[in-house]
This record gives sequence, structure tokens and C-alpha cells, in this order.
Amino acid sequence: MDEHQLRLDGNAAAGLLQEIFVPELTAARGACAGCGAVGPLGKQHLYMAPRSPGAVLRCAACEGVLMVIVHAGGRFRLGIQGLVWLEMRDTGAPG
Amino acid sequence: MAGTALQRRLIWRTAEVVDLVDETPRVRTLVLSVPGWPGHLPGQHVDVRLTAEDGYQAQRSYSIASAPAPDERLALTVERLDDGEVSPYLAGELRLGDQLELRGPIGGYFVWDPTAGGPLLLVAGGSGICPLMAMLRARQADGIHLPTRLLYSSRSLDEVIYRAELDRLAAMQSGLDVIHTLTRAQPPGWAGLRGRIDSAMLASVAWPPTDRPLMFVCGPTPLVESVAESLVKLGHEPTRIKTERFGPTGG
Amino acid sequence: MGFVSRGFRGRPRDVQQDSRVPPGQYLVRDFPVLSAGPTPHTPLAEWSFTIDGEVDEEKRWTWNELRALPSEMVTKDIHCVTKWSKLDTTWEGVSIDTLLEGVETAAEYVMAFCDGGYTTNLPLDDVIGGKAWIAFAYDGQPLESQHGGPARLLVPHLYFWKSAKWVRGLRLMNDDSPGFWETYGYHMYGDPWQEQRYSGD
Repeated sequence: MDEHQLRLDGNAAAGLLQEIFVPELTAARGACAGCGAVGPLGKQHLYMAPRSPGAVLRCAACEGVLMVIVHAGGRFRLGIQGLVWLEMRDTGAPG
Repeated sequence: MAGTALQRRLIWRTAEVVDLVDETPRVRTLVLSVPGWPGHLPGQHVDVRLTAEDGYQAQRSYSIASAPAPDERLALTVERLDDGEVSPYLAGELRLGDQLELRGPIGGYFVWDPTAGGPLLLVAGGSGICPLMAMLRARQADGIHLPTRLLYSSRSLDEVIYRAELDRLAAMQSGLDVIHTLTRAQPPGWAGLRGRIDSAMLASVAWPPTDRPLMFVCGPTPLVESVAESLVKLGHEPTRIKTERFGPTGG
Repeated sequence: MGFVSRGFRGRPRDVQQDSRVPPGQYLVRDFPVLSAGPTPHTPLAEWSFTIDGEVDEEKRWTWNELRALPSEMVTKDIHCVTKWSKLDTTWEGVSIDTLLEGVETAAEYVMAFCDGGYTTNLPLDDVIGGKAWIAFAYDGQPLESQHGGPARLLVPHLYFWKSAKWVRGLRLMNDDSPGFWETYGYHMYGDPWQEQRYSGD
């Protein structure tokens, strides 16, 4: 079994991200610090088995690490060095 | 409703099983009543969390298979995996009246927005049909007769989930075509497609790239990656292809 | 007691009945595959293992050179920070002691570095004295790529994230520095018997 079977889309990290951020991030666009590719986070490559030390979101174009999310020991730690920027729609006042 | 479905803070809710429907020998739909359910968009999923008596927990994501509705109910369709930890419980042990912890709706990327235009190409492998079924049910309920083609790969006819309902939807003359391909076994006289979805099959079934279809692909990771790659090679716009990989075994 | 799912048992697990199982772990019979990225596929003709950093002279072995070194068969218990433990796993590999023979260094730490960019840090003391290997076979077979083949670091007395898959070398360092998971909150040392899973434990 290799990444061609284990790999998920960023969409699968939506629940984890929504524990940290209120706006929905998988529809947000980001720019890869490695290769400059731009795309929605939900479309990138996610490595996050049910049993995993953490979630690793990688650029679909270059496999560079965009974001690492570790939810452990009562804390969330987020590594975002792989994103130059993140952009999301302003959907107005929350309902 | 659409705005809150994308921005509501997630909390764990307690759902009650109000109906169980056997779809195929290995697949069961759970109809859940969720007090306070904020609604969802077609394509979104929920996280389900199970807790054993010793406190051990397991959590999995399942696509919501039902169309958005105001009745605080939602349907999840679960395939029982032989070596699964959660699916044998949900598609086996679980009984009417049991409770489940779930949170959602989750997901803003793999979501069908009818205003994004069409035509619509839906490609499913196995249990990958579940989020696409939410889209087809919403399409029907809201009377959105966008030209739509579903290419659905299953191992055999017995394993086609929602078969009768898909036949009914296709027969409604509402612009929906359902194309099945059976990969392992075909019944005598089978006139449909056979074998795995490949580039040639997509070329003949999909809308031409000049139609700029909106495409959703869902199923086991290898199928999704192969289909997405083929669609791009056939000339379709990558930004119009949305994928949901289910991992190795499809759910 | 919080919510309990009636009738749910979960994966077969023997919770810590055994003195060989560290606190908070449960035993499994399979060998779970965890992945932080794509599986690298370096051809053996291009593969090498390097010891560099705070050394007088770098050392490097090609695949054939590594395989020509004396190797050992070892049977070890392994413990993953995600709570599963597996007893009596059998490996074949070259002891790090063999690789460090003749290496002059005052360094106290090492960083293992790997194809795909994964890194993990360890005290030098924890990879010498018969405690660590470069393993190329598991259960009598060449190590599969999903489990880190062609070769992985094997340091069974620490949580298994320290047993870096697809290892390509050890960099000797004077000071400790966090590797991949350590940067994101996992413990710098990782002793399963003290449940050192996360920094601050």
C-alpha cells in the first residue's frame, strides 16, 4: 500500500480544521511556498490515516508540505510555513 | 442556510437511529434524527465517533447521502469492510433506537453549488456514490434539471447501491443519464459497460470539454486519481474537477 | 462516564495486561501503515547512506556496501505513539555501532534524514551500544516500501516515529534540534515507558 491508496484530499481534514478555525478552510485558496502553485486546500494531498501522529497537507503539484496539524496532548499545533498566503471569501456576518 | 452550513462551529451532537435500510448485502443506510441539526449542502460529510466501554474511541468520516431537508434528519450509507473497525459496527451491530455521536456538516470544497453551472458529470466508484447521491437527490427535490451524467462503477449488479432509485431518477426525463459499469461480474445479457473506468470510457461518456462540465469524482483513492488524471488529459479544466478520495478501500 | 456506543468494541486490543506493553498502549497483530507523505522510490543503484555533520570525515555506503557489512537478526517489541504496540517483531539490519566504527566525533545528538524530507532527532547515546540498526528486512522478507524499505532506522526502545522510514543518513549535531514531528509538538526524546508522547510530558 502506498500513497496511491492512502492519500486523501484536503477535504478530509475539514473537520479537524473546523475545530480550530471558524471559517471553512478547505474551500480557501492557498499558495505553496515551495513551487508557487495556487489552489483550494480541499484539493491538495492529505496524509492522515485514522491512526496517525498528525495530518500533513501537501501541495498536489510538488508534494511540498503546506500545513501540518497535530491535535494531541490537549493542544492543537499548526505548522503553516508551507503556505505563502491563505485566502477565503468574506461571506458576511455569521448567521 | 447556505451561509451557516459553511461557518457553524462544530459541536458533537447525539443522533438517534430512526431507520435502517439494507441497500446491498454489504451496505446499509442509517437514517438519523439529529435534534438541532443546522442543515447541510450536498457533498458535505459528518464525523462519527464511537466510544467503547473502556473509553477507547474511534472516529470516521461519512458522506451525507440525503438531500438537504428541514426535518433534522440525515442519511449515511455505510459499506461494511471486512477489516474495518467502525463499519462492521455501523453496518452490522447498530440497531434502531441506538445513539451515535456525530459532528457536522463538514466540508466546503466538495460541495455542489447549483449556481456553478453545468452540465454535471458525476463519477463514482463503489461507495463513492454516497455524496453524489445527495447531489442527485437535491437536484431532484429542487427541480434543477441541469443536464447530468452519472458514471457509476461497481463490482457486480448486486453491489450497485441505490439501484432502484437511480433507475427511477433516470426514467423521470429530467435530463439525468445513469451509466453503469460492472467490473467483476456481469449478469447474462448485460448491455451496459463492463470493466474499470478508463480514459476511453470517459471519453465516450463524459461531456466534451468545450461544454465546460462541472465534475465530481468520488471513490477509492486509486480510482479517483486515475479518473481525475484522465479527465485532465482529455482536455477538461482541472479547476472544474472536484475529487473526494475515500482512501484505500473506499469508505 | 461519558457517552458509550452500545455494543461497540473496536479493534481487538488487549489493554496493557502485559508487562511488556508500556502505559497507554494496546497490542495489535497487524502492522499499521502510517504515512506523512508519498512513498519514495529511490532506485538501489542511486541509494546511499551517509554519516555527516560534526565528524572529522564523512562516511558513505552504497547499497551494496551496506549489505556487505555484518548484519544481525533481532527480535524487538515496537511501540507507536498512536497507541498500538506489536511484540516480537523480527528484523535484520546493520548495527549503528558498526556504521560508527572509526567515526571521531564530540557530538551528542543525531538527526536522521530520509528520502521525502522526513527527519527525527535522537541523542547519540540512544543509537549506540546495540540499541539501533539500519534495518533492511522485516519478518524474513526485504522491507516493503510502505514500511520504510529499502531501509529504515530501527530504534525500538523509543516511540516508533523515531525509527525513521526511508532513512538515508545520520547527521551528528552538538545540540539537540527538533525533527519533523518534534517540531509539531511531539516529545524530543520519546520514551514509551514514561509516556513521553508530546513536549511537556
